[in-house]
Amino acid sequence: MFKYIMKRLFLMIPVIVGISFILFLIMDLTPGDPARAILGDYATQEQIAALREEMGLNDNFFVRYFRYAVNAVQGDFGKSYRTSVPVVEEIYARFPATLQVAFQAIMLSILLGVPIGVVSAVRQYSAIDIVSIATALIFTSIPAFWFGLMLILLFSLKLGWLPAVGADSWKHFIMPSVTLAAAQLATTIRMTRSTMLEVIRQDYIRTAMAKGATRRCVIFKHALRNALLPVVTVLGIGFGNLLGGALIVESVFGISGLGTLMVNSVKSKDAPMLVASVMFAALVGSLVNLGVDVLYTYIDPRVKIQYLRRAKS
Amino acid sequence: MKTTDSKNGLLKIENLQVEYITDDARVFAVNGLNLEIEKGETLGLVGETGAGKTTTALSVMRLLPPKVGRVIGGSILLDGIDIIHAGEADMRALRGSLVSMIFQDPMTSLNPVLTIGDQIAEVLIFHDRYNNRTDVNRRVDEILRLVGLSPERKNEYPHQFSGGMKQRVVIAIALACEPKLLLADEPTTALDVTIQAQVLEMMKELQEKLHTAVILITHDLGVVAQTCNRVAIMYAGEIIETGTVDRIFHAKRHHPYTEGLFGSIPDLTKKTRRLNPIDGLMPDPSNLPAGCKFHTRCPKCIDICRTIHPRSSVRDGHSIRCHLEGEGGVPVAGETAGGEQT
Repeated sequence: MFKYIMKRLFLMIPVIVGISFILFLIMDLTPGDPARAILGDYATQEQIAALREEMGLNDNFFVRYFRYAVNAVQGDFGKSYRTSVPVVEEIYARFPATLQVAFQAIMLSILLGVPIGVVSAVRQYSAIDIVSIATALIFTSIPAFWFGLMLILLFSLKLGWLPAVGADSWKHFIMPSVTLAAAQLATTIRMTRSTMLEVIRQDYIRTAMAKGATRRCVIFKHALRNALLPVVTVLGIGFGNLLGGALIVESVFGISGLGTLMVNSVKSKDAPMLVASVMFAALVGSLVNLGVDVLYTYIDPRVKIQYLRRAKS
Repeated sequence: MKTTDSKNGLLKIENLQVEYITDDARVFAVNGLNLEIEKGETLGLVGETGAGKTTTALSVMRLLPPKVGRVIGGSILLDGIDIIHAGEADMRALRGSLVSMIFQDPMTSLNPVLTIGDQIAEVLIFHDRYNNRTDVNRRVDEILRLVGLSPERKNEYPHQFSGGMKQRVVIAIALACEPKLLLADEPTTALDVTIQAQVLEMMKELQEKLHTAVILITHDLGVVAQTCNRVAIMYAGEIIETGTVDRIFHAKRHHPYTEGLFGSIPDLTKKTRRLNPIDGLMPDPSNLPAGCKFHTRCPKCIDICRTIHPRSSVRDGHSIRCHLEGEGGVPVAGETAGGEQT
């Protein structure tokens, strides 16, 4: 198993290199001069030329990419063109907010979505089932910005229970997490319900009943674990996406997370910041994926055998 | 709910009627079935697909698919307990301890994410057979050895076993609590012939060791001849002939359907170009014919068969439900025409 994980970590390197190269290329192809962007509209032609020379912008594209890569391997991802702050510091400062919102949203989806999905499946076509399916459908259809604004209207303006914007206390994170969780929750409910419906019709469920198992034991011990794989997959993908930053929710609730950071970098052609933050998001996403894959082996022993076989070859 | 019972009777099914309600029809799966089984006996329940064999077994376990299948009449007494009216908690206590069931396909009957040791231990724990985990584990080892598997393999998962071995595990689960009755629903159909023989041989040994009564559901008459004491032939949800193995295989008089069944077995000693099946198909169970349910396919059909449902006539414990047996036969006491679908 250790060998398998090491192999997967090793395979992340080409992914990260590829992403950084493509990003670097795209930023290079877009019009605009970083030196002018840094110095502003009133700089003279000489000042700009001098800065270009200093930053090495006149070199060939491959030379510049190679120089960037060598520095990056040593931990130096450059300074932001816009703020002159080292990009690593900026990402480091912004990630906790993103992580907190994403983590809370995903926990909310798991803790509510899985039980609701299970009940829905076990009592198929009951009132509970119909209500939960309808709720799921509504949550998938509502745009996040609208849902966020409605929450602010109700809980901040009308009731005054929660602060509308900012990221200072735990209270600030409630509405953003709920907003982000809404769509994720809907997917989790529907996924759990459909896989549970499939699993509870399996022969081994009937075997468990024939052994004299209680209903609860049949559902949670025998059925749920078999139904979890697809649910974990969906949640993993969702979590990976959320960790890359959620622009809309960050904008609505005035949280400075990774999402706003990336969009601002694109707008201001802040290449070092953009390349580093996207690379970071990709890295986090890959790690979450690896985590999900490792989790599979604990849920389903058959998956473990496959991994071990593949790691051997 | 204990009732006075005959000394050796274990299971008594009287006039059992089961229906399935589907979107487009009411399917009459079991229609007035009568069946008795004594302690330690092996009964072969034979019939073609759709005759209601599995439905009968599921009714005894009370595991008919919820909302779709239900018992609409009759009674099932198992060891003096009224199965049809027992509470759900009482039924849970029975399943796996007093009565167990082995399902047809061992490939899908075991939970893929639990070790086989856990799956065997579970049934012992459900029925509080042992006070501590060490005793449970010891019993798991013992029962694995009993079905011819190495106890060292108890921490492995079902996908690490072959089909025949999985069926051994399924049998181990079914017999772990030493039930008085085992319902084996085509336990060897999904296995290849050599493994079939091994599994049947093992079941027979275990049955003798544990004194378990077995209802062996099958459509393989060869299996019946090898393993059973008594045979019941089922057709369209009722038993049309029962008797000892010797009677069913060697008596002169039979139900025409039984004759057809035996006639359809190819004879290895003779050269034939074609198989000799019973003409026609089993009637649609949502639209059963009036009178004798076999009359549409029966080569000996007479007028009365088309209108009146025949009763069983018994001679020396050999019962045949056919009008042609009527003269000289004695109608079964207490049997009414309630089993008919009119």
